[in-house]
Amino acid sequence: MTARRSRNRACTKIMKETVVVGMSGGVDSSVAALLLKERGYQVIGVTMHLFDALENNSCCGIQGIEDARRVASLLGIPFYVMNFKEVFSKKVIDYFVREYQQGRTPNPCIACNRYVKWEALLEKSRSIGADYLATGHYARIRQLSNGRYAVCCSRTAAKDQTYALYNLTQEQLKHTLMPIGNYEKEEVRRMAAQMGLAVAEKPDSQEICFVEDGDYAAYMSRYTGTTEQSGYFVDQTGRILGEHKGISHYTIGQRKGLGLSLGHPVYVTEIRPNTREVVIGEEKDLWGTHLMAEQLNYMGAAQFVPGQRMLAKIRYSHKGEWCRVSSAQGGRLEIEFENPVRAVTPGQAVVFYDRDVVLGGGVIVDSED
Amino acid sequence: MENRPFIYLDNAATTSVRPEVLTAMEPFFKESYANPASIYQFAQNTHKMLDESRETIANCLGAKPQEIYFTGGGSEGDNWAIKGVAYALKDKGKHIITSKIEHHAVLHTCEFLEQQGFDVTYLDVDEDGLVTPEQLEAAIRPDTILVTIMAANNEIGTIEPIRELGAVAHKHGVLFHTDAVQAFAHIPISVEEDNIDLLSASGHKFHGPKGVGFLYIREGVKLPPLIHGGAQERSKRGGTHNMPGIVGMATAAKLACEQMEKNAEQEKELRDYLIQRLEQEIPYVKVNGHRTKRLPNNVNVCFRFIEGESLLIMLDQKGICGSSGSACTSGSLDPSHVLLAIGLPHEIAHGSLRMTLSEQNTREEIDYTVDSLKTIVETLRSMSPLYEDFVKNN
Repeated sequence: MTARRSRNRACTKIMKETVVVGMSGGVDSSVAALLLKERGYQVIGVTMHLFDALENNSCCGIQGIEDARRVASLLGIPFYVMNFKEVFSKKVIDYFVREYQQGRTPNPCIACNRYVKWEALLEKSRSIGADYLATGHYARIRQLSNGRYAVCCSRTAAKDQTYALYNLTQEQLKHTLMPIGNYEKEEVRRMAAQMGLAVAEKPDSQEICFVEDGDYAAYMSRYTGTTEQSGYFVDQTGRILGEHKGISHYTIGQRKGLGLSLGHPVYVTEIRPNTREVVIGEEKDLWGTHLMAEQLNYMGAAQFVPGQRMLAKIRYSHKGEWCRVSSAQGGRLEIEFENPVRAVTPGQAVVFYDRDVVLGGGVIVDSED
Repeated sequence: MENRPFIYLDNAATTSVRPEVLTAMEPFFKESYANPASIYQFAQNTHKMLDESRETIANCLGAKPQEIYFTGGGSEGDNWAIKGVAYALKDKGKHIITSKIEHHAVLHTCEFLEQQGFDVTYLDVDEDGLVTPEQLEAAIRPDTILVTIMAANNEIGTIEPIRELGAVAHKHGVLFHTDAVQAFAHIPISVEEDNIDLLSASGHKFHGPKGVGFLYIREGVKLPPLIHGGAQERSKRGGTHNMPGIVGMATAAKLACEQMEKNAEQEKELRDYLIQRLEQEIPYVKVNGHRTKRLPNNVNVCFRFIEGESLLIMLDQKGICGSSGSACTSGSLDPSHVLLAIGLPHEIAHGSLRMTLSEQNTREEIDYTVDSLKTIVETLRSMSPLYEDFVKNN
């Protein structure tokens, strides 16, 4: 009895901090949970139930839930499945469909991070008593000398996931841990194997989780219950080159799958939702030095000021290009690149960096608007 | 964490196996492992126990032993009854009547039959979850072949007027099936007096083992076989008998039926005490389901401005097992179709808590649960923007 009482007192004294780990069943989030447990946190595993699909092998599917449950049991941590289908459908799928319908190319992972993982899940985690939300992202979070929190690149340059995290708020970052940002992918796989995780050999998740077969256009017509109207391919002068399957099938810079044979490689250079025209041009037409962005989020930087020089990434796989802010007012940012960039795509995010620190970013808008 | 209690308030999901039940099952894993279909004397005791089990179950329902067919559980019985009648009577008609608050074993079976060209009417329920005989009568058509309405609802505990519903069905020459998974061995049921032609039940809902159940099929009702390949269950459900399960279920049914009145009294007292304390001590709480036409062990409440999932997790952290609606295999929660059907708005239907008692629960456990709920509800409301808005505007 005495022993038990003193042990209890010790427990209340230390008061471990509690962290909810978003677990997909994959290697990265499993190792994140492992590392936090080893660091002495009280860890709770949570898998988000985001959508229903008949056959699903992606991270959010039922198989993922079962894998995550197994990992949690191996780690000896409590595990729960939380239902976020409503918010996911509203904030991610609806947005995804709407953007394509309007001739833009959405980034659903960014929307999911901001509104589902770091809004709904973080809120629910806090409500069940967690101090932090942790994920298996290859990124780090630091508080900078200016007092602001920022996502920073992981140690593995090859596995950087900061681009999709630019839209998190200061408050969200304050309550977030990303424990695997300090490791290489190979180290993470090794740790997973060492603890006997069956997921150690699982391939990385790819593509957009809720579009199982990768056919966005078919998904959209299923989701909206309508067949998309077709339209015309036109050249820069407005001459009709052929008929297309509907604007949502195309993205800026696309060459494959156009079904046009003009004797030389052609690319989508512009999408005009109002007239449903898809403009076709040559490789050189894709290159430009100008970009405009809205819906800005400030992360490491409290603001963007004219003349400011930053590295900008205009898509997930982009290695980045130096640019300068030419104007920043009314929630709209204009930048000029030092060297031309290929296929500036409305709807995608532009994310700004100072070395490895994410300064902030925004959504690319059509410069013609 | 170390001194965390364990309080089980999810007896509608499943129950613990009673020690007497386990004792009765044991020989069939050990010395009496014979297949009852075998001819040697070694199998005779097993066969005798199979017959006795069937008789025990039949006695609980006022049925004949030959009308009891052992199954693998409640969902199997529901599937067999509904698809079986549909298949057997498809030339007579293709219309089935059910309610909007059935278990998914019934609803999804009906939806499947709709895809096969059957026509299904899903009756509305009132705010307490009741279906009326008048409603049923109005829905019956010349091509109606089956009425399937649950005896008691698994989420809100409302007991349906199956006797009257069965009478309406019979008046029009229509077969009546009831999903009695939550009701059997908890409240009195008589297949004769209650006008039942088909009834499904499941062993683990009354302190029997999982993986075993039965379907009552009134003599003269012709259902096609569910599983071909053996002479078991009058050649309608082939497969070697699950002897430990069947004996366990029969033992549990016998005990539950013998002690029904006493257990029900005990559970009702605890149930009403729990409801009373919740209503008196927590503001903005709503009790779902009928107040008196209610399973003795069911409490279902909504705490406004609170989301059920967080509530359940926090209860779990305090060692209390409750539930919210019916859980799917993944364990994630959808808004309950039952609560939507009784007219609760979507956001409230997401925030329900079901606590289902057994005679093993104590008043101390209920007190601890209410005290815990008071703290949890207060914490969750303090973080709820909905609650903040509500307080501001009132």
